[in-house]
Amino acid sequence: MTTLRDWLIDDSPASPMQARLGRFYRIFGALMHNPLAVVGAIIILVLVLTALFAPWIATHDPLRQALGERLLPPSAAHWMGTDELGRDIWSRVVYGARITLAIVTLVAVLAAPAGLVIGVAAGYFGGWVDRILMGITDIFLSLPKLILALAFVAALGPGIENAIIAIAITSWPGYARVARAETLTFKNSEFISAVRLLGASSLRVNLGHVLPLCTSSMIVRVTLDMAGIILTAAGLGFIGLGAQPPLPEWGAMISRGRSFILDQWWVATMPGFAIILVSLGFCFLGDGLRDVLDPKSGEQR
Amino acid sequence: MANNNTTTAPAPTRRARAQSPGRRRLFSFLGFLVTLGVTFIGLLAITFFIGRIVPIDPVLAVVGDRAPVAVYERVREEMGLDRPLAAQFVSYVGDVVTGNFGTAVSTGKPVIEDLARVFPATLEMATLGIILGVLIGVPLGVVAASRRGSWLDQGIRVIGLLGYSVPAFWLGLVGLAVFYAKLKWVGGPGRVDIFYDGVVTPITGLILVDSIIAGDREIFRNAVWHLVLPASCLGFFSLAYIARMTRSFMLDQLSQEYVTTARVKGVPERLVIWRHAFRPIRVPLITVIGLSYAGLLEGSVMIETIFSWPGIGNYLTVALLNADMAAVLGSTLVIGAVFIGINKISDVLYRVLDPRAR
Repeated sequence: MTTLRDWLIDDSPASPMQARLGRFYRIFGALMHNPLAVVGAIIILVLVLTALFAPWIATHDPLRQALGERLLPPSAAHWMGTDELGRDIWSRVVYGARITLAIVTLVAVLAAPAGLVIGVAAGYFGGWVDRILMGITDIFLSLPKLILALAFVAALGPGIENAIIAIAITSWPGYARVARAETLTFKNSEFISAVRLLGASSLRVNLGHVLPLCTSSMIVRVTLDMAGIILTAAGLGFIGLGAQPPLPEWGAMISRGRSFILDQWWVATMPGFAIILVSLGFCFLGDGLRDVLDPKSGEQR
Repeated sequence: MANNNTTTAPAPTRRARAQSPGRRRLFSFLGFLVTLGVTFIGLLAITFFIGRIVPIDPVLAVVGDRAPVAVYERVREEMGLDRPLAAQFVSYVGDVVTGNFGTAVSTGKPVIEDLARVFPATLEMATLGIILGVLIGVPLGVVAASRRGSWLDQGIRVIGLLGYSVPAFWLGLVGLAVFYAKLKWVGGPGRVDIFYDGVVTPITGLILVDSIIAGDREIFRNAVWHLVLPASCLGFFSLAYIARMTRSFMLDQLSQEYVTTARVKGVPERLVIWRHAFRPIRVPLITVIGLSYAGLLEGSVMIETIFSWPGIGNYLTVALLNADMAAVLGSTLVIGAVFIGINKISDVLYRVLDPRAR
């Protein structure tokens, strides 16, 4: 155990892999000292495990209707009660974790690399490339995200795929800004000049040396954005433009429970707690990650 | 969500630097107008683009799918859809500038008329929301910063993060269930009780103002009764954001040397905080409040849907569900323009008020 630790925190690592693992170990150690970050990480871990093992965690089939058991209050048989079609809300919330996880992952996979490439290109090449790319970015940034996503979904048609596309379209500009700022800070540093003097093409300089250096601030930014993405997706589902029935999406579930809020409060409130918990988890972890990876940027976001 | 104030002053060129401050200010003002114009054109381009990617054929929507080809072609020409995209965009910009947003399918009226009717309701709610957010959020942020690391600070921090994690529509629903249905402290959905509806003639469209003008105290009280809950829900989100930013600004100031000097000189802590540390953060707070106010326009979409509030957010969601694209794009345009406008104004205010940014 001690030898592994010594190997990880060795000041003169023998291989890039050892250096990388050592860095991860140090980040991990620093994160563990931040109680909120630990709570956040645990919440997200639980989300991932819930999504993976949903069939074993759920007590009922999330889609099976039992009209004889409509709108039952929470009990030992139905931990969160049942909805207007007699479906078990706990099981639906559990399966909903899959949808939420899929949405945030897909948005991150679509939007972050797009923003990264645009931002790095703008920062590295400068001049007109920078002006045009950042002009477009700034226009997107100056518009309200939710409204824009709503309009895009309205045009593309309701559905979870289109909701993901619309959220991704409204999310990339923030990443482009971050990536550009990062690129500008080390664009003129000596190691980049050295790589260039060795004859590396700009593609190689960017892919091999600039992009990797942007990743840590990117990870912070993506984690902090996750809560917003979850809320937007749930909002689209609530309005009826996101995930369509019978998918157990949390926002759509709240929307179904809306008509019963006065007498059967559990139908609408339970999925809301899931949304809040997961969003808070991402906020906590994002805050912690920022303190470790990107201490300069401080509280302002 | 919050970091929209990314536009920076145009970098002064070598020539501009040599000029008089008056000329320089004029140039920076012109540069500001150019960025504003470009942003608005960008907004128009985006709504135009969204209007084009709609999978519904606008011609078929008019002529029906059994129309002969000749009729179809004629209507297509009349609608200007046979012209190049650039020309269509120019005429679209012309339409928008002259206030022609098309006709809303759901109401059968011009979209611009609908928007003018519903906007005051949103404005009223968002304004009360931001007032609540500032009145509660700023003191919370100051207190959190002055007791850094305490339980109070942690609690305020969690409230701040809740502002990023609670869905607005869920908060509204739970608020209705608790404060309206259970406790009966506030009025239910809508701006006034049904039997007061339409009693006061709309002059400003702001029902609080209109009822004062009409001298009708009963309706004024009823309107406040209805406004409190949605405005508080909205206010919670600006409160969370404003408290968070105030705390971070205050921490910046409290670590400065002049604060230490004041403390060493024996200035009471309350004065150090409110007279010394708070004063310099008033200007950046204006920007934060502006951003938050603009953000509330966005948040009002969800809150209005919950509270059947006849504002622009409700109008937008109804239009969305009916795939009423003229109304959707019109609302998007108006919300977007107001959003940009508020952001730019707070940007300008910051530059005018902060001597260092001049």
